[in-house]
Amino acid sequence: MKKLGFLLQKEFRQIFRDKTILAMMIGVPIIQLMILPWAMDLNVRNINLSVVDNDHSTYSQQLITKIASSGYFRIVSADASYKQALEHIENGSSDLIMELPNGFEHNLIREGKQDIGVSVDAINGTKASIGGAYLGSVIADFDVNLQVNQISVPDSVSKPHGFMDITFSNWYNPHAEYKYFFVPGVLVLLLTMIGGFMTSLNIVREKEVGTIEQINVTPIKKWEFIMGKLIPFWIIGMVVFTIGLTVLWGVYGIKAVGSISLLYLVAGVYMIALLGFGLLISTYCENQVQAMFIAFFFILIFILMSGLFTSVQSMPDWAQMISNFTPVAHFIKLVRMVILKGSGMPDILKELGYISAFAVGLNVWAIWNYRKTT
Amino acid sequence: VKQLFVFIRKEFKQVFRDPRTLLIMFGLPIAQIILFGYALTSEVKNVEIVISDHSKDVVSTKIVQNIKATGYFIVHEKTMGNREIDNTFKKGHVQCVLVFPDNFNNDLTHQGKAQVQIIVDGTDPNTAKTIVNYLNAIINAYQQANFPSSALKYQIITQPRMLYNEEDNGSMNYIPGVMALILMLVCTALTSVSIVKEKELGTMEILLVSPFKPVMVLVAKAVPYFILSLVNFTIILVLTVFLLHIEVKGSLLLLYLESALFILTCLSLGLLISNSTNAQQTALLISMMGMMLPTIIFTGFIFPLENMPWILQTIANVVPSKWYFLIIKAVMLKGLGFQYVWKQTLILFVMTAFLLTIALKKFKIRLQ
Repeated sequence: MKKLGFLLQKEFRQIFRDKTILAMMIGVPIIQLMILPWAMDLNVRNINLSVVDNDHSTYSQQLITKIASSGYFRIVSADASYKQALEHIENGSSDLIMELPNGFEHNLIREGKQDIGVSVDAINGTKASIGGAYLGSVIADFDVNLQVNQISVPDSVSKPHGFMDITFSNWYNPHAEYKYFFVPGVLVLLLTMIGGFMTSLNIVREKEVGTIEQINVTPIKKWEFIMGKLIPFWIIGMVVFTIGLTVLWGVYGIKAVGSISLLYLVAGVYMIALLGFGLLISTYCENQVQAMFIAFFFILIFILMSGLFTSVQSMPDWAQMISNFTPVAHFIKLVRMVILKGSGMPDILKELGYISAFAVGLNVWAIWNYRKTT
Repeated sequence: VKQLFVFIRKEFKQVFRDPRTLLIMFGLPIAQIILFGYALTSEVKNVEIVISDHSKDVVSTKIVQNIKATGYFIVHEKTMGNREIDNTFKKGHVQCVLVFPDNFNNDLTHQGKAQVQIIVDGTDPNTAKTIVNYLNAIINAYQQANFPSSALKYQIITQPRMLYNEEDNGSMNYIPGVMALILMLVCTALTSVSIVKEKELGTMEILLVSPFKPVMVLVAKAVPYFILSLVNFTIILVLTVFLLHIEVKGSLLLLYLESALFILTCLSLGLLISNSTNAQQTALLISMMGMMLPTIIFTGFIFPLENMPWILQTIANVVPSKWYFLIIKAVMLKGLGFQYVWKQTLILFVMTAFLLTIALKKFKIRLQ
C-alpha cells in the first residue's frame, strides 16, 4: 500500500510538471464545452428558395408573397427559367426551386387543379425533407385561403366534419431546444477523450522512453503499477466532470433533474471503464503514434456511433450492435436520462449494468495482457 | 536535388519499416469510411411508440394500422395515464405516446371534431420533431381520405424532385464530410509528429549539422506523407464508389487536384504543429484531441453552419475541411466544374501558403 502511495506521488508530480499536458487535459475540454455547443443547432430555418414564375398572374404573385411572409423561407432569386434557377442550386446559394407553370391561375380556376414543380437539393437530407414539407404546408394553406376567398362559404358549412385536432407536447424540453440534448453529450465526449487518450499515451510513453523496464525490475507489483496509473487520471476525470457540471449550470442553465450522487456514481464507473480501455490500448502498442491512432480510431467511432449526433435507432441492425459495444453509447444515454428526465436508480439499472460490465471486462483484459516481463 | 531524393528515400524507409503504424494509417480510415458510410443517416426509423387508445373504435384502429404500415414505427399498444407515461419515458426506450381520448369516434361523427394528442420525449429535439411530422402526415392523410372537406374545389399539387439524390439516400451528406474529416485528422496528425520525433530522439541535431539545407529537411519530411495521403485518398474514394455506391459525377482529375491541395494544407498545418512543439505527446494531443471535435463540428456536415452564431461561423472559416467539404460536394455529388469551386480553392491555397510560411519561420535551424 505504501508503495502505491509513492507511485501516486510520482505520477501526480509528472502530470503537474508538464503545463502543456495539464492544459490539454483540463483547459481545452472546458473551453470546448463552453464554445462548441453554441454551434450545435439542427433547426432548419432560412431555407433559400428560388422562384421561377412563368405565369405572372395575381394568384402566382399571391402565392409567392405568402411563401415569403411565412418566415421559413428566404427568396433569394426570381429567375426567368428553370435553368437559371438551377445555377443558384449549383453554386449553393439556393436550396429549393419552385416552378409555377404558365397558365397557373387559369388552370386553377378552370380545372380546379394545377401541378407545380418543386426541386430540392437533396444532398442534405434533413434540409431537403423539412424544406419540402414546409413548402407543402404553406401551399396547402394557400389552397384553403383561396377557397374561402372564392366561394365565401359561410363558416358553419366550410368547417369540415370529422376534423381531427392534433396537439403535441414535448416533455422534458418544451421548447425543443437543442442545447438540452447536445451539451450533456459534449461533456461525456470530453471525459471520454481524456480517459481514452491520456492513459494510453502515458503508459506507452514509459515504454518508448524505456522507464518501464526500470519499473519492471523493481518489486512493484503489476496491479500496483496499474493502479498508480489509473487513480490520478480517474481523479482528473472526476474534476473535469465536476467543472463540466458547473459549466452546464452556469453557462447553459441546465440543472440536473435527477440525483447528483447518482450522476457521480455513473461517471465514476464510466471513468474506470474508459481508463481500462486506454490501458488496454497501451498494452498492445509500441509507441505513442500507434497508441494515438488506435485511440483516435475508437474515439471517432465512439463519437459518431454513440448517438451523440445522429440517432442510434435509425442505423442498420449491425451498426446498432456495434453501437451497443461502445461504453460511450450507454453513458450518454444514462447522463441524458438522469440530467434531463430525472430517471432514478431502478430506471437506469440495466444501462449501469452494461457500463459496469465494461469496467470489469476491459480492466481484467488489460491487466492480463500487461506483462511485466517484456 | 539528388540529395533531396536520398533524403526522401530515407523517410520512406522509415515509414515502411514500421508495418504496424502503416496498417493503422491505412486500415483505420478504411474501416471508418465503411462504418460511417452505412451507419450515419439523417433518417429517423424504428421509433418506439406507445398507442394509448382509450376509445378503441373503428377510426382509431384504422389510424393505428396506418401507422404500422409506414414501417417507421415499432408499435406497442397500452392505455396509460400521464404518470405512467412519465415512468415509461424515464426508462428511455419509448419516445412517443399517441393518445386517443375516450369517445374519439363518437366525438368525431357527432360533434364533427375530436382530439388526438401526441406526447414526445423532447430530450432529443430532432427525433421528436420528425416523429410529430410523421404522425401529423399520417393522421391528415387519413382525414383527407375519409372526411373530404366539402369545399375542396381548388387543388395545388406539388411535384417534388430530389436533385442529385433521387433515391433519397440519407447518408449522402455525411460521406464527403467523413472523407474530409478523416483526411484532415490523419494527415495533420502524421506530419505533426515527423519533426518533433527527430527533435525528441536527438537526430535533429545531426541533420542540422549536415550539409543538407534545413528547408529541405521540411520538404523531405512532407513528401512521403503527401504521397501516402494521396494513396489513402484513392482507397477511400474507391470504397465510396464501389461499396457505398456514390458515383463521382464530376471530373476525376479535378477531384484529385483539389484533394492534393487539401492534403497540402493539412501537411502544412501538421508541420507547423511539429515545429512549435517539443514532444510527440504534445504534438499528438494538439493535432488529435484538440482538433477532433472542432473539425467534426465546423466542417459543417452534421450541424448547418448558417445556424451558428457569427463568431463561430468566423471560426469555421479558418477550418480547412469546411472548404474542402464544399468542394467535394460540388465536384463529386453535383458534378460541377472548376468555375463553381474556384473561390474555395483559392481560400485553401492562401491557407496553405500562410501555414507553410509560419511553419518555416518557426523551424529552428540552430541548437539552443
